[in-house]
Amino acid sequence: MSDVLTAPRSRRNIELVLLLLALVVAIGANFLANLGRNEPLGDYFWSQALTLGLMSLFLHIVLRFRAKYADPVILPIVTALNGIGLAMIHRLDLSAVSVNPDFTPVAPQQVMWTAVAIGAAAILLLVFRDHRILRRFTYTSLIVSAVLLLLPLMPPPLGLEINGARIWISVGFGTFQPGEIAKITLAIFFAGYLSTNRDLILLAGKKIGPLQLPRFRDLAPMAAAWVVSIGVLIFQRDLGSSILFFGLFMVMIYVATSRVSWVLIGLAMIAGGVFVALELFSHVALRFDSWINAFDPDVYNRSPGGSGQVVQGLFGLADGGLLGTGLGGGRPDLVTYANSDMIIAALGEELGLIGVVAIVMLYVILVSRGIRAALGTKDGFGKLLACGLSFTIALQCFVVIGGITRLIPLTGLTTPFMSAGGSSLLANWLIVALLLLISETARRPVTSTPMKNSFPEPVGVTGKISRTREAREGNR
Amino acid sequence: MTDAGELTVTLLRFGFLLLLWVLVLSTVGALRRDLVVGRRNKVGTPTAREIRRNPDLVEQAPPARTTARQLVVTEGPLTGTVLELAASPILLGRAQESSIVLEDDYASGRHARLFPQGSRWFVEDLGSTNGTYLAGQQLTRALPVEPGVPIRIGKTVIELRP
Repeated sequence: MSDVLTAPRSRRNIELVLLLLALVVAIGANFLANLGRNEPLGDYFWSQALTLGLMSLFLHIVLRFRAKYADPVILPIVTALNGIGLAMIHRLDLSAVSVNPDFTPVAPQQVMWTAVAIGAAAILLLVFRDHRILRRFTYTSLIVSAVLLLLPLMPPPLGLEINGARIWISVGFGTFQPGEIAKITLAIFFAGYLSTNRDLILLAGKKIGPLQLPRFRDLAPMAAAWVVSIGVLIFQRDLGSSILFFGLFMVMIYVATSRVSWVLIGLAMIAGGVFVALELFSHVALRFDSWINAFDPDVYNRSPGGSGQVVQGLFGLADGGLLGTGLGGGRPDLVTYANSDMIIAALGEELGLIGVVAIVMLYVILVSRGIRAALGTKDGFGKLLACGLSFTIALQCFVVIGGITRLIPLTGLTTPFMSAGGSSLLANWLIVALLLLISETARRPVTSTPMKNSFPEPVGVTGKISRTREAREGNR
Repeated sequence: MTDAGELTVTLLRFGFLLLLWVLVLSTVGALRRDLVVGRRNKVGTPTAREIRRNPDLVEQAPPARTTARQLVVTEGPLTGTVLELAASPILLGRAQESSIVLEDDYASGRHARLFPQGSRWFVEDLGSTNGTYLAGQQLTRALPVEPGVPIRIGKTVIELRP
């Protein structure tokens, strides 16, 4: 774990400039979607523009007061991604309404969730001054994760089964995926556990050849992570979340110990799990088949588990080509779940390769800034948490975009910040708030906590030190 | 749609792709400046041109009357870490609230403290188990630290630099 120090500079002004640019992109996308569909600018256009604009500027102001030194590019990037997602969901709504006038638009609800999610991120920044407080909740967050993952398995009034997966619960006004929040609480648990027990895990254990094998009892958390992932796969029938949870744990333990043996053991365990799942569960086997033989007419038309969705997505991407058909110009609505799982295919069709690569670049910069925050912060817990959280975003993008482009089998994970779905949006904005907090500690100028019984100064030292700190901050 | 209308739509379409890339590139641009900031540690005094571009460089001067400006870790797991000294005391140890968190089994939670007094920095052991050594001598009381004199805590050695 190395430290990289940067000169302390608040860069909120550059954040404001980038944020305004991001808002132009977000609102421009929505404007072009309306233009492309020959629709007048309705209430939705203004509600999207106002909600996204006001809420992101609100978060910017919160950052000015509470996390002055936080990373300046995270908020603009996320705002742009969220806005492009909203525009595409709205554009797909317009197509759906023109086919079926009774269709209930998805976008207004997504705008509401955007407001809720940015509000929640602001509250998190206002409540926690310092991410290290979360370390106290290491084991609490393990229990919370377990509860969140078990909730969808409750009997029907609470747990819901949609398309064979049991990952939703019904809350008063709609559905919610507790698993999205569980990835944050699991990351907090892994970070707290590994930062406390890192030395123990590193020192103990037999050495065989170049590999230092861990002790059996140190394997317990890895076994727990494995059981969680396999449990999610078996009982909730959700391959994507299962990969996400196990990948998260593998990355965090590798970052904590830099031991290849852990990664090898983890890969062996997950390979065993996948092999058993292939044999036992038809839905996993069908996923693999429709990935390898996607263009086979039988596989294409098969229901359930056919490859129609991914192949339609590929046709869309091919139609878009380099420059895209323009927002509103293509037929991304032909793909099932175009506004959630397949939103990258829809964007690829209408913005082309050039547009999609720009979006992927935004994700890459976001993840790199998260890892930069991990390098910069001085405490082990913060390093692991920032690494784990940025990795969840990276892994989700990889699984989704890889699935859509048929690099790997398609699994139902959400594209962070873009897919229709409130729980994912909420969870990802909370992750952003945590990354901002960690980057704030990484970039804040060093001021040590005033100590009791301070040697050189008399008892009234606390006031004196905080005054000098204020004075120095005032100078900048 | 008329030809002129179609032309406008096409221009807007390409304009949007351009705008997306302007966002990406300006973000990268903001980061590029962010990366350059670290270079100052190596080059020493900033040139007049650097000061004009980056007025912060001057304001970052250390508080008056303290000669040492940086704390450098020369041995141990954190080798190479550089900390800019300010007017406030610095806590060294394994505790998470330390200014430099030592990942070292031979260091205590709150091991030692560096503090400025008058024009000099002093080091004081905070009752650690394995002791703090200033130029090879174990500390029994707070002593002044001259720049370049090694302070050993467990496996870690730190120095003040002017």
